[in-house]
Amino acid sequence: MASLRSTSARILGASRPAFRIAAPVRGFANLADAAQESQTASGSESKLKTFQIYRWNPDTPAEKPRMQKYTLDLNKTGPMVLDALIRIKNELDPTLTFRRSCREGICGSCAMNINGTNTLACLCRIPAEDSAELKIYPLPHTYVVKDLVPDLTQFYKQYKSIKPYLQRDTPSPDGKEYRQSKVDRKKLDGLYECILCACCSTSCPSYWWNSEEYLGPAILLQSYRWLVDSRDERKAERMDALNNSMSLYRCHTILNCTRTCPKGLNPGLAIAQIKKEMAF
Amino acid sequence: MIAQRLGTTALRRVAGNPSAFFTNNFAKLALISPLSNNTQTRPVTTQKLTPADGDSILAKQRLSRPVSPHLDIYDKSQTYFGGSIWNRITGSIFSGGLYVFGSAYLIAPLVGWHLESASIAAAVGALPFALKGGLKFLLAWPFAFHCLNGTRHLVYDLGVGFQRRTIVQGGWYVWGASIVGGVYLAFFL
Repeated sequence: MASLRSTSARILGASRPAFRIAAPVRGFANLADAAQESQTASGSESKLKTFQIYRWNPDTPAEKPRMQKYTLDLNKTGPMVLDALIRIKNELDPTLTFRRSCREGICGSCAMNINGTNTLACLCRIPAEDSAELKIYPLPHTYVVKDLVPDLTQFYKQYKSIKPYLQRDTPSPDGKEYRQSKVDRKKLDGLYECILCACCSTSCPSYWWNSEEYLGPAILLQSYRWLVDSRDERKAERMDALNNSMSLYRCHTILNCTRTCPKGLNPGLAIAQIKKEMAF
Repeated sequence: MIAQRLGTTALRRVAGNPSAFFTNNFAKLALISPLSNNTQTRPVTTQKLTPADGDSILAKQRLSRPVSPHLDIYDKSQTYFGGSIWNRITGSIFSGGLYVFGSAYLIAPLVGWHLESASIAAAVGALPFALKGGLKFLLAWPFAFHCLNGTRHLVYDLGVGFQRRTIVQGGWYVWGASIVGGVYLAFFL
């Protein structure tokens, strides 16, 4: 813990009373201070919420995964589930493991299953009104690395397999850049925003049972992003790669993908468009 | 945050060049001195792996890793009441039923069963109203559901109706309409 403390805290700590040194990691200091104050000033109304979190430790692989309960006072916690997780890790249990980075829904690290649907913990508000316990699991039907961290190797491999980059042979007419009409550019809206958080793919029962061969909604949305790009010249090859019984056609329009996407995108529609283009 | 970092670097610089201002406080310097050294050592080393080696390591890791829960924990309205799976179940009821009835009809003369339309109609007609309707509902509801939800999936194939609200509401409409339709077919026809 000492190594995590910011340098300024250390330097200040040298000239301040000893208890100040214990102030936790920078950035969360305010929350922690508030928590300490709440402990001293007892009697202030507290809004308790219990979180049930999936735990599994690779160091003791024989032990079965279990659900661990943590109770937080919501008045002292930020509004989002990620705030609660970070607070649990900082104050209650430093062994709790999860991925997080940007805390604003742009990196896709904190994708997890919260109360039954996949979403980003940083974009998901803690339901404060009901007193029911909030259940947090890793992304469904993935290999668990530890606690809430899933192994996404296969997912990234599949992304690589669709060649997610511009492929063309002819140089641009002006020798500077590949131009695109406004109409063509508009076709990429709703596709390029995908952050590959894997929420949709791991919500898809079809992907649960066939993740080795079926590409899954996220990768198919990316696939469509390159299929409709007017600057790409390998459309035929890309379509050919999808033209088998597994890669694309394991999609049975269950549409859990569209319902779960934390960015409000529509993988289901993208897949339907690919199917339409393959048919006609 | 940036202001804090700037402050930190400024303090580090000061620590790196101890001036008269600081030298009279050795206790403070002792705390700061490890920070003034800008070289960092990492206890972790990495090694290169071929893709095949990586795959074999991954396969070994997967043997010990649990698979995270899926059907048990996912939103029940999307898994157990999903239109797609029930479309498949109702479809299987009918295709399975067709095979069972077809085979039974084939062997009926050998075993002495009477599965001709006239005798079945007479047998069902003799049943009390509730039982008759109930039996018919067991076939009428799957028919209504498969018909309505099948149409919904055909519309999906046109790339229509993919808004989130339409998907959620459409699912519940199909359930409601198929039950109403099944009751109508079973009891009022």
